[in-house]
Amino acid sequence: MSKHATAPQDETATDTNPDSETDAESTTEATPTQVTNGATAVVRSLENAGVTHAFGVQGGAIMPVYDALWDSSIRHITMAHEQGASHAADAYGVVKGVPGICLATSGPGATNLVTGIADAAMDSDAMLALTGQVPSGMVGSDAFQETDTTGVTAPVTKHNYFASDATTVGKTVGEAFALAEAGRPGPTLVDLPKDVTFGETDDDPGPPKAPARSSPSPDADPDAVIAAAEVISRAERPVCLFGGGVIKADASEQARAFAREYNVPVVTTMPGIGSFPEDDELCLSWAGMHGTGYANMAITHTDCLIAVGTRFDDRLTGGIETFAPEAEVVHIDIDPAEISKNIHADYPLIGDAATVLEQLYDAIDDDPETDAWVEQCTTWKEEYPMDYTTPEDEPVKPEFIVEAFDEATDDDTIVTTGVGQHQMWAAQYWTYTKPRTWVSSHGLGTMGYGLPAAIGARFAADDDQSVICFDGDGSFLMTLQELSVAVRENLDITVAVLNNEYIGMVRQWQDAFFEGRHMASEYNWMPEFDKLAEAFGAKGWRVDEYDEVAAAIEEALAYDGPSVIDFHIDPGANVYPMVASGGANGKFALSEDQL
Amino acid sequence: MSSDEDPTSQRGLQGKPPEQRPHPTGRRNKQGIRIDPEAEAEPRVRKAVVSALVDNEPGVLSRVSGLFSRRQFNIESLTVGPTTVEGNARITLVVEETDPGIDQVKKQLAKLKPVMSVGELENNAVRAELVLLKVHGDEPDKVHAITQMYDGQTLDAGPRTITVQITGDESKIDDAVDAFRQFGIIEIARTGQTALARGDTPTTPGEEPAPEGTIAEEPSQPSANVQYSDD
Repeated sequence: MSKHATAPQDETATDTNPDSETDAESTTEATPTQVTNGATAVVRSLENAGVTHAFGVQGGAIMPVYDALWDSSIRHITMAHEQGASHAADAYGVVKGVPGICLATSGPGATNLVTGIADAAMDSDAMLALTGQVPSGMVGSDAFQETDTTGVTAPVTKHNYFASDATTVGKTVGEAFALAEAGRPGPTLVDLPKDVTFGETDDDPGPPKAPARSSPSPDADPDAVIAAAEVISRAERPVCLFGGGVIKADASEQARAFAREYNVPVVTTMPGIGSFPEDDELCLSWAGMHGTGYANMAITHTDCLIAVGTRFDDRLTGGIETFAPEAEVVHIDIDPAEISKNIHADYPLIGDAATVLEQLYDAIDDDPETDAWVEQCTTWKEEYPMDYTTPEDEPVKPEFIVEAFDEATDDDTIVTTGVGQHQMWAAQYWTYTKPRTWVSSHGLGTMGYGLPAAIGARFAADDDQSVICFDGDGSFLMTLQELSVAVRENLDITVAVLNNEYIGMVRQWQDAFFEGRHMASEYNWMPEFDKLAEAFGAKGWRVDEYDEVAAAIEEALAYDGPSVIDFHIDPGANVYPMVASGGANGKFALSEDQL
Repeated sequence: MSSDEDPTSQRGLQGKPPEQRPHPTGRRNKQGIRIDPEAEAEPRVRKAVVSALVDNEPGVLSRVSGLFSRRQFNIESLTVGPTTVEGNARITLVVEETDPGIDQVKKQLAKLKPVMSVGELENNAVRAELVLLKVHGDEPDKVHAITQMYDGQTLDAGPRTITVQITGDESKIDDAVDAFRQFGIIEIARTGQTALARGDTPTTPGEEPAPEGTIAEEPSQPSANVQYSDD
């Protein structure tokens, strides 16, 4: 007997397609789980929270919860590895704007989740992890598959819970769910000892309820708003810096309205990609270590930085001493601890990004005079173009592949990535116009994020949205076992491996800073990813020449199922511009000799 | 194109090299504050007493200490104990940081779910710590005299060792420890500072006084009775 899972290419595969309308309807009409024990209370609590999908891996201590899922409307996707479950849940949440759910058993199951939990914490992604635990009476005895999961995950969660009682465990799960998305989002975890999930109870846990003090006020202090509005009115060279918080707060509309009304050039952070349309004339794309030259010029020369939902990560700021050194900083953030943590905020506005941007929009009486400054930014766009050459007799340039995919797909296509050079090219050469279409691992920089993220994104996306994963050869090799899930679930995703047979970003740094000593970054050999894909039951292509690119992309996109294109790219291609670690953004290098 | 001749720039983008671009003259200090480079002063590190009212749930102390270690906050002491309200505890921390650092300590503490309220104590706050000193017992009369000078108590006296207790603020304890060195200190245990705001001021913002009748019994005083051990 098997629930959900179908053999690859099975006729019934379409019936279990997660995106099909019948599935969605059955979800809303499904009868809620009847609470008989702790495990059913956990599942009922998830149902009460509106959860429709969960990603995980079975195992001894979590078995009661899985058994409760048997009768639930919640669609569980069995992943190949718990790390894949955590990334899939994270990406699902990013695309859908709700907390993603992942499950794992105790011990290694829980520790395998940790990378994905830490990733979610760094990127402020709402996520709830549920882990099995040995029975309470055995905790502390070094029992089989026992790990101090709450201890291990405390530094990488907003908060975690050790469930102690079957009668309250459902409420605890609801609280953890609500806390994950309250205020600044982040991951939470509930550790579930087996005696608690087996323990009898018939209490409906009710709707999720966030704990006290976790939901801050959305409005900023009105006096502070007026002060900030005055400094913006006086500004001659203002820049809006939109971070990932703009997307999390669903504030893209307010961000667009603000920048356009006051004619303020826009720079985004990497997590902020998609918060403002990159095809808008005011948009200078993203700033930081590999951001555009024009974004880094603008952010260096601004006299008024209107930063929204960003934590001023070091990859954005470069050296603190030279970051926006002449700017009065207006900083909008929901988390007071981000105010003046890295960059001093002259005008802190604590609140929800959408709400505060509206407050600020209304409070500005005199429009700043920005025509000359906008003109200057446009000039910088011309002076530092993101152009590249495509000599036919050389290996394919990765930038060309990213642009070819962008041209072949719709605006609402979702892009996921691993971490490394391919991630930077995917961020630089794709024109993002909508929020929640760029799904990547930013703060933690987790290689291997891309494929499981594409799986999670596929379940969250609309049917007509394409999901593309740009991956590096090194990144892909870290989690490619999840291809088995994509095949089993017949997921329409396309993986574009930008294969240079290097850990390319490390190789780039070794060339620049370690005299070209390619210690442990040089493979000179990779498995044949196209054939590996076929072995999994996915469709595979290999591309070596420019004239093969368009056809392979077209065929892969047309194929209704998981597909992998192994692009053998120019192995010496490097990512520019580049701001050396701790260097000045305005001194970005355009080639290696400038580093 | 010139890039064809230059193998390094071939791997790069076009545009003015860094030295040909304009660069602003302003700068920030390490705390991210815009500064006048002419008048830049080293940020001053100061000692602050921070009090946190917390839910006394399992693991709360490890969450607080974990926060301090992973964010590399400089901590001098940490004390914890229950309050008069059932289920609450007060954690008193002495930290040594710059002003922005102390600000971060308070904000990061406040983000922890079990932390209800965080406050920094004024300089005039009431502070105390306790030290237990075990010294050689060769000169009991002199040990007794010095213990009395510091309003201390003898907790244990034997033929070879005497253990005394001194309470007071940090400098008084420091002085007392110095004074006992002449006898040869065998062991020492200090509690770290605990503190309350002076007068009507609540120690952490918004902290309510315990309602009438709920005040728990006075914590029992450490016994002043000298116990004689056989060591």
